[in-house]
Amino acid sequence: MPVEYIPRTRELYSDFTPYRWVVNEDIPFTPLRKPISDCKVALMSSGGILYRDQPRFHREDASYRRIPKNARRDELDVWHFGYPTNDAKADPNCVFPLERMREFEAEGVIRELSDPAFSFMGGIYSARKVRDVLAPQIVDELKAAHVDAFYLVPA
Amino acid sequence: MCHQSVGLIARVVEEAGIPTLCMTSALDITQAVKAPRAVFVNFPLGHQTGKPNQPELQRRIVCDAMAAFETIKRPGEIVCLPYVWDPIDRSWEERDYSKGWMPERPSRQDADREEAERRARFAAK
Repeated sequence: MPVEYIPRTRELYSDFTPYRWVVNEDIPFTPLRKPISDCKVALMSSGGILYRDQPRFHREDASYRRIPKNARRDELDVWHFGYPTNDAKADPNCVFPLERMREFEAEGVIRELSDPAFSFMGGIYSARKVRDVLAPQIVDELKAAHVDAFYLVPA
Repeated sequence: MCHQSVGLIARVVEEAGIPTLCMTSALDITQAVKAPRAVFVNFPLGHQTGKPNQPELQRRIVCDAMAAFETIKRPGEIVCLPYVWDPIDRSWEERDYSKGWMPERPSRQDADREEAERRARFAAK
């Protein structure tokens, strides 16, 4: 059975005012215009991935990091407040499947993996900050790179 | 919280005319925020594209996600993948995101030191 995380969050933080989760009614939707094998795909993880000497994330930090698509595993680190990061530190592909996406590019499953990939620390309570500060910067990045499809992995 | 953040970004990107797909292990949060397209894997938080050092499993999950880009036609549709974390022991479902589940956070001093070491390591190269 899927875990119900909204009640679980309420129990875990029972000493605090219950968090008001975002509940949307409408759903924006853009159809995929061509097969995924013809698409340039960008990857983003909220798992707090860092490349080489990039600074770590702080509380309510809506900044993001650009991760070169050819980054090696030993050049990546993980910093996040909201989940146990031991497995992601051992193998970032658990939440940031960069190596798998590179394989799919080489094999033609996708036409191209966009460079760079992106990472942020998804444990941000302010939905407004995510929507109005972080998301528009990502839109600009994706448009500048002429990305056809965007693949997001939470952690 | 990660699931809400990812869903919010996907919605803004989708409004800007680029199709998106979100992985999820938290169905209730993804359904509330209404991500445009999602693929569900019933794994503990921190493993949305698989277990560490199991590239074949990771490949199958990510490959299924790429396929879902094409098969999802209805806004808000969520494709559920059949992978099982542990067929015998499902106790992780009780523990995930409950009290005592999150390891204690390092102190600011320890985090600063760790970061300084990492930065020095790469600056030297």
